[in-house]
Amino acid sequence: MGAIRKPPRRQLPGPVQWMRENLFSSLFNSILTVVAIVLIYQTVVPFVGWAIVNAAWSGQGREACLPYADGACWPFIIERSGQIVYGFYEQAERWRVDVVFMLLGIGLAWLMMPRLPAKGAVGVVMLTVFPVAAFVLLVGGMGLPPVPVERWGGLMITLVVAVTGIVASLPLGILLALGRRSELPVVRGLSIAFIELWRGVPLITVLFMAANMLPLFMPDGMTINKLLSALIAVALFSSAYMAEVVRGGLQAVGKGQYEAAAALGLGYWRSMLFVILPQALRLCLPNIVGNFIGLMKDTSLVSIIGFLDLLGIIQSGNADADWATPNTAMTGYVFLGAVFWVICYSMSRYARALETKLQGGDAR
Amino acid sequence: MNATAGSALAVEITGLNKWFKTFHVLRDVSLSVPRKERVVICGPSGSGKSTLIRCINGLERHEEGRVVVEGAELTGDEAHTQAVRANVGMVFQQFNLFPHLTVLENCTLAPQWVRKMPRKDAEALAMQYLERVHIPEQALKYPGQLSGGQQQRVAIARALTMQPRIMLFDEPTSALDPEMIKEVLETMVELAETGMTMLVVTHEMGFAKTVADRIVFMDAGEIVEIAPPSEFFTNPKNARTKEFLGQILR
Ligand SMILES: Nc1ncnc2c1ncn2[C@@H]1O[C@H](COP(=O)(O)OP(=O)(O)O)[C@@H](O)[C@H]1O
Ligand SMILES: [Mg+2]
Repeated sequence: MGAIRKPPRRQLPGPVQWMRENLFSSLFNSILTVVAIVLIYQTVVPFVGWAIVNAAWSGQGREACLPYADGACWPFIIERSGQIVYGFYEQAERWRVDVVFMLLGIGLAWLMMPRLPAKGAVGVVMLTVFPVAAFVLLVGGMGLPPVPVERWGGLMITLVVAVTGIVASLPLGILLALGRRSELPVVRGLSIAFIELWRGVPLITVLFMAANMLPLFMPDGMTINKLLSALIAVALFSSAYMAEVVRGGLQAVGKGQYEAAAALGLGYWRSMLFVILPQALRLCLPNIVGNFIGLMKDTSLVSIIGFLDLLGIIQSGNADADWATPNTAMTGYVFLGAVFWVICYSMSRYARALETKLQGGDAR
Repeated sequence: MNATAGSALAVEITGLNKWFKTFHVLRDVSLSVPRKERVVICGPSGSGKSTLIRCINGLERHEEGRVVVEGAELTGDEAHTQAVRANVGMVFQQFNLFPHLTVLENCTLAPQWVRKMPRKDAEALAMQYLERVHIPEQALKYPGQLSGGQQQRVAIARALTMQPRIMLFDEPTSALDPEMIKEVLETMVELAETGMTMLVVTHEMGFAKTVADRIVFMDAGEIVEIAPPSEFFTNPKNARTKEFLGQILR
C-alpha cells in the first residue's frame, strides 16, 4: 500500500542527543531540569552522607555512635533487631514466630508464583488452617507454653494486625457491599448504617474506644483481650472501606451479566460467586490493594494504645537513656519508613503484575 | 380449563398487566403457546416486546394476570422463579456472555451449579451443543476473542446446555453486523427444526415468514394482532399492523 510510508529509521540517540531532547527541549524545560538537579543535589547527597558515608556501622551501645555526630546510628537498629522483629517475646520461644513468618511467606509466595499449581487449595489452607496454626503457635497451647500478648511486639504484631485486617476485611467488605445493594430493606439499612458509622469515625478513636471503653461494658468477670479488641476494631473499620470499594466494582458490572446469570437459573449467591464478583473484584483490584496498603500503614496507630508494634518499639528505643545520641531517633524513623515502604511497595507492584495478567486473560 | 388442555401449553399468559412506576407497559396481554410452536413477536420499538418475554422467565415481575410456564405459575416467589428459569433458555440482544470465563466455562457453569452435573459430564454436554452451533473449536477462547456472530451462537449453546423446554430470543441479531446475521439465523432455524418451543422477538421478517407458526404484533403494550405468517404478511387485519408492515417491508 503506497499510502503507508514507514518513518525513516533513526539512529539511536547518543547521550547528548537524548539530554537535548528530554531535558533541555525548551527554555522552560531547561529551567525545570536545573531546578530539579539542584533540589536532588541538596537533599539526596546530604541524606546519603548521613545514612551511609558518615554513619556508625558497628560497635556496642551509644559510645559507638557518639563520635559520628552527622551520621546515622545503625548499631541501635542492629542491637534492637530482636525486639524490632519479635518485641519482648521470650527468646526461647521465638522460633514459633519464625515458623509463622515462614508459613506466611511460603503461602504468599505460592499464591503469587504464576507457575505453581493448586492455587485454590493453597488459598483455602491459608484462610483456614494457617490462621488456626498461627494462633496456636503465637499464643501457645497444645503443649506450647503460653506467651502473653503483652510480650508481643515489633514487626510481628504489625503483621498480625495487618494480615488479620486484610484477611477479615475483604470477605466482610464483600458481604457489606452486597448488603448495601440488597433488595431487602432491613439488610440494606443495616449495611448502610454499619458502613457509614465506621467511615465517619477516625481509626484512632475506634482504637481508643476498643482499648479503654470496651472493657467497661463487659460483664463482671469477663475480660476481653486488648489485642483481640484492637484486631476486631481494625477489621470492622477496614471492612467498611472495603465495602465501598467493592460496591464500586459491583456497580461497574453490566446489568446484562446479572440478567444472563439469572436467566440460566443461577440463584443470587451462585450468580454473585461465579459471575458478578469475579468481574467486580477484578475491576476494583487496584482500589482493593490501595486499601490494603492504607491498612498496613494504619497499623502503626496501635502503638498509640500501648502496643509495641514496629513504631512502638522504635519509639521506646528512642526514649532509652542507654541509646541517647543525637541521631538515634532519626535512625529509627528512617529505618521504620524503609520497612513500611518495602512492604507497601511490594504489594503495589504485585497488584500491578496481577492486573496486567488478568487483563491478558480475557482479551476484550 | 381442564388439566390436559393446560399441560399441552408451554406458555400460558392471561390478562397480564404490568407497570413501570406509573407507566402502563403491558395492557391486558393474553397469549397461549402450545408446545413446539414457534412464535415471532414484532412491533415498533418501545411497544413492550422485551418486557413481555422477560415476564416469561421472571426477569420482570408482573402486577396483574397469570403467567404459567410448563404448568408452573410465576408468582414472584424466588425459588419457584428459579425452577422455571432452569426450563427456559434466553438469548439476549447483547449476548451477555461472561467475559471472565472461556466459551466452554460459559457453557458448563449452569449445568454444573444448577443441574449439579459432574464437571466431565457438563463439559461433554457443552461440547455437544457447541458442535451444534458449529464452533467447538472456539471452546477454550474467551468471548472477547470471538466475533459477534460467534458470541451469539455461544450464547445459544449456553442456553441449550440447560436443556430447556422453551427458548426465548430478544432481538438476537439486532446487535450484529449484517454479514453475521445469517449464521445466527441459520442456527436458530436448525434449532426450530428440532421441535423446540420458541418465542422470538425479531425484525427479521424472512425468518418470521419461513420459521414462525404464528406472528404476534404488539403496539403500545397491547397485542394488536396474532396471525400465521401467510395471513400476517398478505392480509393484515389491523390498521396499525399495516402501517408497521409498510415501514418494515418497504
Ligand atoms: N426497567 C424499566 N423501567 C422503566 N421503563 C422501562 C423499563 N424497561 C422498559 N421500559 C419502558 O417500557 C417500554 C417497553 O419497553 P420494551 O419492552 O423494552 O420495548 P421493546 O422491546 O418492544 O422495544 C418502553 O417505553 C421502555 O422505555
Ligand atoms: Mg426490546
